[in-house]
Amino acid sequence: MSEPLITVQGLTVGWGDRVLLENADFEVQRGDVFVILGGSGCGKSTLLRHLIGLETPRAGRIHIAGVGAPRLEGNIPEYGVMFQSGALFSSLSVGENVAFALHEWTDLPLPAINAIVKAKLALVGLEGTEDKLPAELSGGMKKRAAIARAMAFEPSLIFLDEPSAGLDPVSAAELDELINVLNRALGLTVVMVTHELPSIFKVGKNCIMLDRESKSIIARGNPLELKDTSVDPRVRQFFLREAR
Amino acid sequence: MANIDLPDPGPLSERGPDSFGDRIVRAASTPAHFTWVMSGANGELRIALGGSITIDEAAALWKRVAEVLERVRQPVRVDVDLSNVHAIDGSCMALLTHLQGELRHRRVPCELVGGGKDVRNLLKLYGRRRLKRRRGRRARNAVEHLGEATAGSFAELLRVLNFFGELLVTAFAALRNPRSLNLRDVALTMERSGADALPIVLLINFLIGFVMAYQSAVQLEQFGANIFVADLVGLAVTRELGPLMTAIIVCGRSGAAFAAELGTMKVSEEVDALRTLGLLPLRYLVVPRVFGLMLIAPVLTLMADAIGITGGIVVAATQLDVTPAAFMNELREVMEPWDVISGLVKSVAFSATIGIVACQQGLSTSGGAEGVGRRTTSAVVTILFSLILLDAVFTVLFGALGL
Repeated sequence: MSEPLITVQGLTVGWGDRVLLENADFEVQRGDVFVILGGSGCGKSTLLRHLIGLETPRAGRIHIAGVGAPRLEGNIPEYGVMFQSGALFSSLSVGENVAFALHEWTDLPLPAINAIVKAKLALVGLEGTEDKLPAELSGGMKKRAAIARAMAFEPSLIFLDEPSAGLDPVSAAELDELINVLNRALGLTVVMVTHELPSIFKVGKNCIMLDRESKSIIARGNPLELKDTSVDPRVRQFFLREAR
Repeated sequence: MANIDLPDPGPLSERGPDSFGDRIVRAASTPAHFTWVMSGANGELRIALGGSITIDEAAALWKRVAEVLERVRQPVRVDVDLSNVHAIDGSCMALLTHLQGELRHRRVPCELVGGGKDVRNLLKLYGRRRLKRRRGRRARNAVEHLGEATAGSFAELLRVLNFFGELLVTAFAALRNPRSLNLRDVALTMERSGADALPIVLLINFLIGFVMAYQSAVQLEQFGANIFVADLVGLAVTRELGPLMTAIIVCGRSGAAFAAELGTMKVSEEVDALRTLGLLPLRYLVVPRVFGLMLIAPVLTLMADAIGITGGIVVAATQLDVTPAAFMNELREVMEPWDVISGLVKSVAFSATIGIVACQQGLSTSGGAEGVGRRTTSAVVTILFSLILLDAVFTVLFGALGL
């Protein structure tokens, strides 16, 4: 097997004075759709923020192949990120949002940038929305636009925070389909946080499940297999949607 | 009878004056549509409830529940009989389960007995999980409050200094490589904070010059020193009031806007998104705003000086028989270039302070809309305090240097 795209060793993360996950180890392979699962408050989004480099781990190491430790400011974006709310720049149009990194990091002439923006928006099914403001888009469209922005610099890795949260079932299914297409057609590695079961089963190839009580990873593997084979009551409870 | 004396509750009169309290008082004092009969013997208390108990009766019910909780201290048994309750809603059931929970916590056995199927179902629903008693926070005394506030102020000061240091490094880096500067936002800031603010800056400063001349006119006229109105208005406006009033207006308009704008970006993860696109928020968001303000504030101040003096000229001409030409001659006699330059120096420092504090407060925002409001208020208050302090420092410094 080739070198993993992301290697996490002995990672401890927290929020404020609270430790959420201790001494976690896992790997993400190239071309994977890797899902971070768990109940509310178990630290999924916090772990994602650490993987992206928005937070510094309390202990342990995160290594991204070809990048090293996650790094953000002052560097050409090595990976794309879609935040839960989309986090589009509200003062810029959708097209300007997608073109943002291209303007900042390349010397491409404006017509070339415009052509790339059009293509990226078409890829996520948002043709003709270049001149709209984010406030004029629906929740699902905002998330698609955020994916287009994250894809602008042709990353081989993309992080998605709760992509289908708050969307109607049809929009959520369309977004799942988009993730599958990007993964299959472009070989994009996707790391996503979600607790939407249909999404997990539809797009997830591998997953880890976090547990708030034990502050650890309690399951790892293919989500469908885990659902059918796991004997851990916490894992079964999650996949079978049982109340505590 | 039980050894517990529970008089029939009368109207509550000791409630606070707030409207919610008043509503509870009114509700509690109106005749209840349910019955509450207490009887007891051998250390046991039996409460028989009857009728229809809905949210309209909640205040009256709560008054009785509170009295039981206040008086039942010794270990007795309390049974609440719901047999004659026709209907009860969730809120009132919550009050009864609260009574049960509180008594059990005091080791007083309490059961809610009887009641029809609907009542029992509701009881099952509300009594299913024993609510955790929140551990009461120990009340802090004045010294602790003072200590916390002082420590918090020092921590905030450190954060501002840290931010200022980072900003200096970033600003110098941006100046070395101007291509990296977000020039679009510099121009936008100059337009919004300068051109858009011009009408209000001109109006306020005209009125300042006008009022100052008007107030002094009576005194100066008594001594036949009418012409000195030019000295007063010219020096006060250019050295002090022009830059200060302009800065206060810029603070109210642009300082608050910067803090709210960046605060909203922070809580909606736009700042994080910017970082994931490889850009430094300080370089991209803060430096252009601070530079934009520093470039436009002296221009605004110059205009404020001119219009303030115009206000003085109007009063001098209409109230003191000092012609505009005489006014200007006197100004030329008494004023030196430094009077105007010192005001411009102040305006640059004031605008830098406004930009830095507003952006620092905005980027420190957390906690959603409430956090944005809190940081915006904090930004305006901090800036106003800093402006007055800075003005005093400049005045003393220039005086000490003989300027």
